Amino acid sequence: MSEAIAVYKQAEQGSSLWQDAWHRLQKNKLALCGLMVLILEIILALLTPWLAPYGYEQQDLALGAAPPSMEHWLGTDTLGRDMLTRIMYGGRVSLMVGFIATAVALLIGVVYGAVAGYMGGKVDALMMRLVDILYALPFMIFIILLMVIFGQNILLLFLAIGAVEWLTMARIVRGQVLSLRQQEYIEAAISIGLGPWTIIRRHIIPNTLGPVIVYTTLTIPSVMLLEAFLSFLGLGIQPPQSSWGLLISYGVETMEEYPWLLIYPGLKLSITLFALNFLGDGLRDALDPRASKD
Amino acid sequence: MLKFISGRLLQAIPVLFIVITATFFLIHSAPGGPFSADRAVPAQVIKALNARYHLDQPVWQQYLTYLGDLAQGDFGPSFKFPGRSVNEMIFGSLGTTAELGLYAMLVAVIIGVLAGVVAALKPNTAQDYVPMSVAMVGICMPSFLLGPLLVLVFGIYLEWLPISGWGDIPGDKILPAITLGASYAAYIARLSRGGMLEVMTQDYIRTARAKGLPEHIVIIKHALRGGLMPVIAFLGPAFAGLLAGSFVVETIFQIPGLGRFYVQAAFNRDYTMIMGTTIFFSVTIILFNLLSDILATWINPKLRHQSGGAES
Repeated sequence: MSEAIAVYKQAEQGSSLWQDAWHRLQKNKLALCGLMVLILEIILALLTPWLAPYGYEQQDLALGAAPPSMEHWLGTDTLGRDMLTRIMYGGRVSLMVGFIATAVALLIGVVYGAVAGYMGGKVDALMMRLVDILYALPFMIFIILLMVIFGQNILLLFLAIGAVEWLTMARIVRGQVLSLRQQEYIEAAISIGLGPWTIIRRHIIPNTLGPVIVYTTLTIPSVMLLEAFLSFLGLGIQPPQSSWGLLISYGVETMEEYPWLLIYPGLKLSITLFALNFLGDGLRDALDPRASKD
Repeated sequence: MLKFISGRLLQAIPVLFIVITATFFLIHSAPGGPFSADRAVPAQVIKALNARYHLDQPVWQQYLTYLGDLAQGDFGPSFKFPGRSVNEMIFGSLGTTAELGLYAMLVAVIIGVLAGVVAALKPNTAQDYVPMSVAMVGICMPSFLLGPLLVLVFGIYLEWLPISGWGDIPGDKILPAITLGASYAAYIARLSRGGMLEVMTQDYIRTARAKGLPEHIVIIKHALRGGLMPVIAFLGPAFAGLLAGSFVVETIFQIPGLGRFYVQAAFNRDYTMIMGTTIFFSVTIILFNLLSDILATWINPKLRHQSGGAES
């Protein structure tokens, strides 16, 4: 994501399209709020080990589950662990899953889509056929299956989620590339003897960035949701590691007596998903004003 | 139309085959057999069990046997519940999940379409912003959070509704149906708003108004048909999502449905049960995608002349 922002910032100076988009985005207060919340959360996640008020495993069994107070702003859980600390550490994992799994999806999807769209003809038909078939598979069930069989491994979680989410990305990029291929500057590039790989890398991929950025910001929340869903079922992140989904699932168990154990992690997850969705919507409107808002 | 349907059905066969094969070999590559993880069982008992379930044969032979049984609609015996077949367990709990899914779908479509149409009638006013903001909340609030919160408010604090079960106490179906349907209602609201906005600017709507038709006829008879196209295309994928959502909702509300069975089977490593339910879910998802495509072509005849209908 930070990479995408860097590319975005860099491109913004050179071309008027990016400048226009930035201006349009600035007018969208909700999207800007989303961006700000997100940047804040990333900074918080990076600095958690220094900012967290308590140690991650630090217990106060005598205290037990206490409601929010001056010492523990968001209360403590049943083992007397500080909730704010646990939510901050959980956020690191949740955000990491969101970004890394999306990056996996991004990498596979963009390369696959670009190659299919650029090659065209039979190669394209074959490659897209494969995507169609994979689309029809019930992936959620497959992810659960993978997690059950190979144990709850965080690396596998990244790969499994990434492997599901690249399909739509590949389709979007392919469509974009198909229309780009007709452009004259591509013909010019071919005529001066550039190889297909160079053309894909130098001309095609940079020009598909707009829709890719938009779809990326919309993929991150759905990935985070998937992680939380799996962790909630007990199939994702395993203790002693923590994530928002896992905290919510603990919160549900004790919500009658200690509702704050459910409400705060839930609020945190919802706010993050909100921010990402607003930013994604805003970027879509900014980068492609004609695209219909669904 | 018939050609389109049969074409899609033919396309479903390789997909199903991949699902079956991939699931089978995934499960058989799992470390340890289904009986090895348990408490200390005498070696000869394990041997007898393995022999009974053909686990002593080479994998490819087991695979062929399984395919043969499957062709006759037999999912095999459950590993964890001796004496019960996977078929029994699937069909015993299917009704509950189907009912839950149906109610959730009704909640989603009725609330979603209403909210979307209302919002699209006066875009960029309060009538648009309020339902759309609520929809955004619905999208950002996962079911495993919404469900417990609803239980907390309506079940525990207000004591209006029962907090678990299915069909035991009147009203215990309300919260699960809302929990499962809410996020789809939100998506459908956004989709139908977008669709309606686009349709309302079309010439034929202006024509209908120019003919002097009352506004509600214009909306119901003319605009809805086109405006709801995106919603219908979404119903197929939504169904797949509902199935996954039922895992969570049935766990939260302790509903004895297929989703809860699947999660339990996953935890128990009941491999035949996992395999059977996976195949069963795949078939239903493929069928519902097909149904949603057929419905879409039926409503929009333009699609019939496009090749194969590979989009979706």
